[in-house]
Amino acid sequence: MNDLKDRVLRMSGSAVIKCMRCGKCSATCPSYDEMEYHPHEFVYIVERGDVEKLTGSESLYKCLTCFACVERCPRGVEPAKVVEAVRLIAEREQGKNRLKPDDIPALLDADLPGQALVTALRKYTK
Amino acid sequence: MKIAYYPGCTLKNKARDLDRYAHETAALLGVELEEIPEWQCCGGAYTSARDEIATKLASVRALAAGRDMGGRVLTVCSACHNVLKQTNHEFSVNPDFDRKVNNYLKGEPEYHGEGAVIHYLELLRDEIGFDAVNEKAVHPLKGKKIAAYYGCLLLRPSAALAFDDPENPSVMENLIRALGGEPVMYPMRNECCGGYLTLEDRDAAKKRSTAVASSAKEMGADFMITACPLCLYNLTKNSDTAIPVRYFTEVMAEAMGLIPAGEEARL
Repeated sequence: MNDLKDRVLRMSGSAVIKCMRCGKCSATCPSYDEMEYHPHEFVYIVERGDVEKLTGSESLYKCLTCFACVERCPRGVEPAKVVEAVRLIAEREQGKNRLKPDDIPALLDADLPGQALVTALRKYTK
Repeated sequence: MKIAYYPGCTLKNKARDLDRYAHETAALLGVELEEIPEWQCCGGAYTSARDEIATKLASVRALAAGRDMGGRVLTVCSACHNVLKQTNHEFSVNPDFDRKVNNYLKGEPEYHGEGAVIHYLELLRDEIGFDAVNEKAVHPLKGKKIAAYYGCLLLRPSAALAFDDPENPSVMENLIRALGGEPVMYPMRNECCGGYLTLEDRDAAKKRSTAVASSAKEMGADFMITACPLCLYNLTKNSDTAIPVRYFTEVMAEAMGLIPAGEEARL
């Protein structure tokens, strides 16, 4: 087992080996159209040990953590947790925060709830 | 009855109506929401990674405060409910989390998951009862077709939240009935609105919120109700389909005659 795959499995707690490739996770994913790699592909690529392929992908930042894939997976694989682990591995590298505090003023509007900001900061920064 | 209350960041700011009318409707139903002292923001999202400990400490402190103030903590915001419940659930499935959290908390009282989290909707359903709500609905929402929007944060992951049936929830529809309105069922009621993606990729958030709002409108809804400030933002600011969206507490207050003169008729 390679190091990066091991990290993803430890961080996510996901048993990617249980995936039976039914594709239900990707079929139910609200961000499907925005993704280069889809939830079932995250699971398969991690299982194969090609995590580097995913750490540079824009798809990491499209997952909404809505847990539709987690709830609906018939095998309890929890794809969203796999995506989150890979995203954190990418963002924990020096200088790899997706959202920087200086970017925020340009993103604000009068109605934007604080909830959106704190959630985005949690998702897009280490 | 008095219950410890965790408002969260947004209910003190953009979502003041969600907060204010939770207090006022609860008071009318005989429940006092007592804000926990020195609460900190839950972070808005639960980070599922098992090695993320520090980002969950604000939630643990809120859980500990709830335990000390009667055993549990009540939330109204969908996101706070989700983060606090998932954090509390982690204690029961992950002994390593318990150990690491309490290492961080050295000098503060220990916490091991013995508290509980309850959403205001659960309190209404399980303890106050919709019959009691119905008795207070002096201005019933007669003829109003209302689409309850659950989104993701109230329902999933159901193993940790145990809020309602994640694929066929009913608590908000039953609340609407108790308030004299007519609930509208529509396919997208438990799908995501686009959430925080509005900051990263607004077009993607627009697609999601438009899909949800259109689904409600196609099924004949006059307006939608939600417990989530970010859902309300996406559905009103990002959706291409125009439909009014209100907080469920505000609609309760309207039906219970609690909206002051001059502020009513917003629905």
